[in-house]
Amino acid sequence: MNAIGALGLSRVDAAAPAKMVVEGASKFYQARSGVVHALDNVSLEVREGEFLCILGPSGCGKSTLLWSMAGLHGLSGGRIRLGQEPIVKPHPEIAMIFQEANLLPWRNLEKNIELPFELKKIAPDKARIKALLERVGLKGFETKMPRELSGGMQQRASIVRSLAVNPSVLLMDEPFGALDAFTRDEMNLLIQEIWMETRKTIIFITHSIVEALFLADRIVVMSARPGRIQEIIDVDLPRPRGVEVQSTPEFIERANAIKAMIDHRRA
Amino acid sequence: MDSQLRDQIPTFGAKQDTAGGAGLSGGFSALASGGGRSAFETFIIILVAVVIIGGSELLLGIFQVPQYIMPKPSQIGAALITEWPFIWPHLVVTICELLIGFAIGASIGFVLAAVITQFPFAEKIVTPYILLLVTTPMLALVPLLVLRFGFGWEPRIIAVALASGPMVMINSATGFRRVDLAKIALARSFGASTFQIFTKIRIPMAMPMIIVGLMVGSIFGLLTTVGAEMVGGAEGLGNRLNYYSSMIRMPQFFAVITLLAIIGISIYVFFFWVGKKWANWEA
Repeated sequence: MNAIGALGLSRVDAAAPAKMVVEGASKFYQARSGVVHALDNVSLEVREGEFLCILGPSGCGKSTLLWSMAGLHGLSGGRIRLGQEPIVKPHPEIAMIFQEANLLPWRNLEKNIELPFELKKIAPDKARIKALLERVGLKGFETKMPRELSGGMQQRASIVRSLAVNPSVLLMDEPFGALDAFTRDEMNLLIQEIWMETRKTIIFITHSIVEALFLADRIVVMSARPGRIQEIIDVDLPRPRGVEVQSTPEFIERANAIKAMIDHRRA
Repeated sequence: MDSQLRDQIPTFGAKQDTAGGAGLSGGFSALASGGGRSAFETFIIILVAVVIIGGSELLLGIFQVPQYIMPKPSQIGAALITEWPFIWPHLVVTICELLIGFAIGASIGFVLAAVITQFPFAEKIVTPYILLLVTTPMLALVPLLVLRFGFGWEPRIIAVALASGPMVMINSATGFRRVDLAKIALARSFGASTFQIFTKIRIPMAMPMIIVGLMVGSIFGLLTTVGAEMVGGAEGLGNRLNYYSSMIRMPQFFAVITLLAIIGISIYVFFFWVGKKWANWEA
């Protein structure tokens, strides 16, 4: 484990105030095959403004953890706080980005992005939406229906939808998992840029070691059944990171170390 | 109104006369492929209609088919115009019965579908009875309803509601059952209330199936209206069919059939348009 610890120090000040805190989170749920122990005593502090990746095999409870942090699920035990506020239901400061964009197919792009405003019964912030659309390269596509957009464009629209209401925490549930490798690289660069510009706190779920290393300040590695935190790794690669960083020896060395650790635990 | 009708009748009437079902389905697909129809296609469609009407006119003349077996399109058209003052009150009765019965049946069916799909257990209990209502011809109840309510509008409106409501319900329920948990979670993550989830997510998602239900339900309603008028009614187009056939006045008989075809096609076109407007995302 020392080898992992030696990967480097976090760039984000460890003394930064905790933005979100998970304390002893446990979750059991009833499935057809019996009771599933999805989370086992997970404790985690997310620092203000950091990019945290949660990495783990499928079924390790990482989505369950994220949905609980979004206030969409209850926990069987433990607590989640945003600052001092307990999270037991969705919170306006927290926005979620889902797998596969999750746009409403019966609304055009503009109406999709205005959905959160509609639900909150406030007037849409047209200027902010316009600026965000321009930022992600979707200007001029406002009247297009989701099926007319590529997967990458759909996911960019869903990012705009979440950012439009200006949350301070973004929860991302394997957002680029369904995209092809090239689009995925593009989206990873975009989300890094947006994070550096806006300084949102981002918690990002992935099962790709490369994606986690590329994006994260810290990687939380989870193991499956029951879902537990196995290791928390600081990533000290300098920012902004370009796609080419993925082929540097430092990057590959770190990726191999994480892989070895996961393999070792599985065996 | 008259001149507009005259323009329409030959087209629809001819399809009804000559090819029956095939002609109708041809009309359906011609509609379905609409939108990007070129001038050439329109020309061919009109040409075919003219050939069919003109051809049947010519053939019926050549073979001297008696009018009481199959009147010529021109005779049907003429009958429609001369008989119009006597037919239109019945047309109004039929349309009103259909609209009222359908409105009652469809609203109950829709609300029932929206409520029952929220309670899976209740749904399991209710569904067999709804299926029973869908599969049993409600026409069979008309003599019974006549005994209770007389020969007025009531038994026919009840029969129409009973025929169309379950159709609307069973299709809408299929729509409401298509829950996409991710989309509901999305709405909840932005603080949506249960009511907002219903109006912004569940209803739009079910909309394509709701429209299918309304279309099929209203066509079932039309069948039942006419049937009920034939079985137990002193008025309405169904009653006219009985009347004209008993008098062997075939041109008038076919004129009424033409009107029924126009009502049916109008219903189809209307819901086709509604579907294009409100549920085109699932094309």
